[in-house]
Amino acid sequence: MSVTAETGIIGGIAAKFRTCPATGLKVDLAAERLIKANAVAAIVFLAIGGVFGLLVALTRWQAVHLLPSDLFYLVLTAHGLDVLLVWIIFFEIAVLYFASAILLNCRLATPRIAWVAFGLMMVGALLANITVLQGEASVMFTSYVPLKAPPNFYLGIILFAVGALLGCFIFLGTLVIAKEEKTYEGSIPLVTFGALTACIIAVFTIASGAIILIPTWLWSLGYISHIDTVMYKLVWWAMGHSSQQINMAAQVAIWYAIPAILLGAKPLSEKVSRSAFLMYILFLQLASAHHMLVEPGISSEWKVFNTSYAIYLAVLGSMIHGMSIPGAIEAAQRGNGFTNGVFEWLRRAPWNNPAFAGMFLSLVLFGFLGGISGVVLGTEQINIMLHNTLYVPGHFHATVVAGTTLAFMAITYLLVPLIFQREIIWPKLAKWQPYLFGLGAAGISLFMMGAGTLGVSRRHWDITFSDATLSFDYPPAAFLMLGLNGMSAILAAIGGGLFVVIIVASVLFGKKVDASNIVAALGPTPQKQMSDAVKSYGNAGTFHLPGTYILVAIFFTAFVLYYFVNWKYLSELWQLG
Amino acid sequence: MAKTKSDAEESVRIPPMQRLLDNHFLLLFLGVAVPTVLYTLWGVMELSQIPIAE
Ligand code: HEM
Repeated sequence: MSVTAETGIIGGIAAKFRTCPATGLKVDLAAERLIKANAVAAIVFLAIGGVFGLLVALTRWQAVHLLPSDLFYLVLTAHGLDVLLVWIIFFEIAVLYFASAILLNCRLATPRIAWVAFGLMMVGALLANITVLQGEASVMFTSYVPLKAPPNFYLGIILFAVGALLGCFIFLGTLVIAKEEKTYEGSIPLVTFGALTACIIAVFTIASGAIILIPTWLWSLGYISHIDTVMYKLVWWAMGHSSQQINMAAQVAIWYAIPAILLGAKPLSEKVSRSAFLMYILFLQLASAHHMLVEPGISSEWKVFNTSYAIYLAVLGSMIHGMSIPGAIEAAQRGNGFTNGVFEWLRRAPWNNPAFAGMFLSLVLFGFLGGISGVVLGTEQINIMLHNTLYVPGHFHATVVAGTTLAFMAITYLLVPLIFQREIIWPKLAKWQPYLFGLGAAGISLFMMGAGTLGVSRRHWDITFSDATLSFDYPPAAFLMLGLNGMSAILAAIGGGLFVVIIVASVLFGKKVDASNIVAALGPTPQKQMSDAVKSYGNAGTFHLPGTYILVAIFFTAFVLYYFVNWKYLSELWQLG
Repeated sequence: MAKTKSDAEESVRIPPMQRLLDNHFLLLFLGVAVPTVLYTLWGVMELSQIPIAE
């Protein structure tokens, strides 16, 4: 590997680069080390949090009912913390550094501060975990007041958030350096623009987190006597839900990146895709309001404006991406020669490449399961049927597990050869991994939604109410749903475990990658050379996409039917007359 | 005599929407300001108007 040192224009700071044999991009070695560290930390916490998830699911499976109640709530808190916060955000920081320094051909701003950020995030994550495992902080990751955890729980999350915020500023600083040092021409690439969207949402998210968690920490220390419960909930969700919108933007960026790298896919229209990201920047964060839909004391105007009028503009953004990405794939595949019939491009896509398979499954599962159920939950009237039932975790396992987690897994199959410079070990096993995990994740989403539709509560240890004074009988189908959820959880855990083992083994023992084997190391692709679509600006240049139009029509039909079925359920709730 | 723009200048004129999308710090401002006003401030104003129970 040849390493060159270059001195930048700003501050005359020197950085060391290698040249990527696949893309020809200059890779800043400091950025590369940071991407590796953040990605490895993320995967370790995914492994830990995933085990917790399995334990929770096996407890909610009434026939197994694995954990006693106190441990159930402890493990549920640790699960939410480790997967939703730690896994996802560590990985997002890796994505931000990749999309800035690497894709913009530039050095990373302030690598030393980036290590401080990494250290803060690690210390914060460990502190919060240790506090939860000590058993005094089973307050769920939402930590609604007046539930009180020991101060270190909040301090851990605050330190983690400060580290993540530093990571965001480093990303923004890198954009400034790239512009000043003219390492790209015109606009930043679309994938970097998606990462910028994620970063902007992250700044709002973390600022909201600071506004609410710092007083809560002081309250836990005894310096503040009272925190209003509804006020807490309002501001906490400005962080809690917006953090899901960081995932959304990051995962859409990845959905664009993978087909660009593997197939040479370009967006149907750069302008339209960027405008869709703008809709996210302006409106996506308002979705936080659906957590407040049943709260008294807030007007319907606030609720309906934030959850309907404005958020539908963000949903429109998602629909644009939802059409643009399969459209880009179809256009590229047709360009690659798969022009027969309506669906040859899809049939002959590289389904045995785990990066592509994971990406496409993530897109479909997110759209059909997560997107549609999200709009249902975000509608004030029908939300009332499902609020705080298991339908809610069902919905967000479709978004953050089948959607984001699977997308992050998919891009990891490319990061290993491109950044860790190792071949994926056991490619045959890797080929199956996204399908196993995707099936398991789809199962837990669907069956939790099923149980929720039957009224089963979320975060509930025992739905038989065995020691309760007032009993309640759920229909037998609810128990069936929880059993099927447990079985899907086992499948998802096997798929997730396989991912962790394959990636860790590849990083440690995979064959070294160089110019001779880099393209092969990216897995099967119809293009026998690396495309530069991911780092450049440009449109696909065609709208002859019959397959995509059919897929979009199927999606809309499912959407409309399911949405109206829920209104029908609502009309049956209260029998009038 | 009023100055006329040269053809070259005319052809590199960047459309306003693209200028907005290329202005990363303006986007950052909008992305923080819009939800702060519509969600947080509006919400806090409504909550602070709830009378305290006696
Ligand atoms: C093997 C994979 C996974 C399984 C089997 C699993 C299963 C579960 C189950 C059964 C619940 C409890 C629902 C309840 O009783 O209310 C739950 C909650 C949750 N899960 Fe997962 N999950 C998995 C992966 C993930 C991932 C990857 C994420 C995030 C990226 C995630 C985020 C959450 C969150 C935020 C909660 C809510 C915790 C709370 O209510 O406080 N899960 N999960």
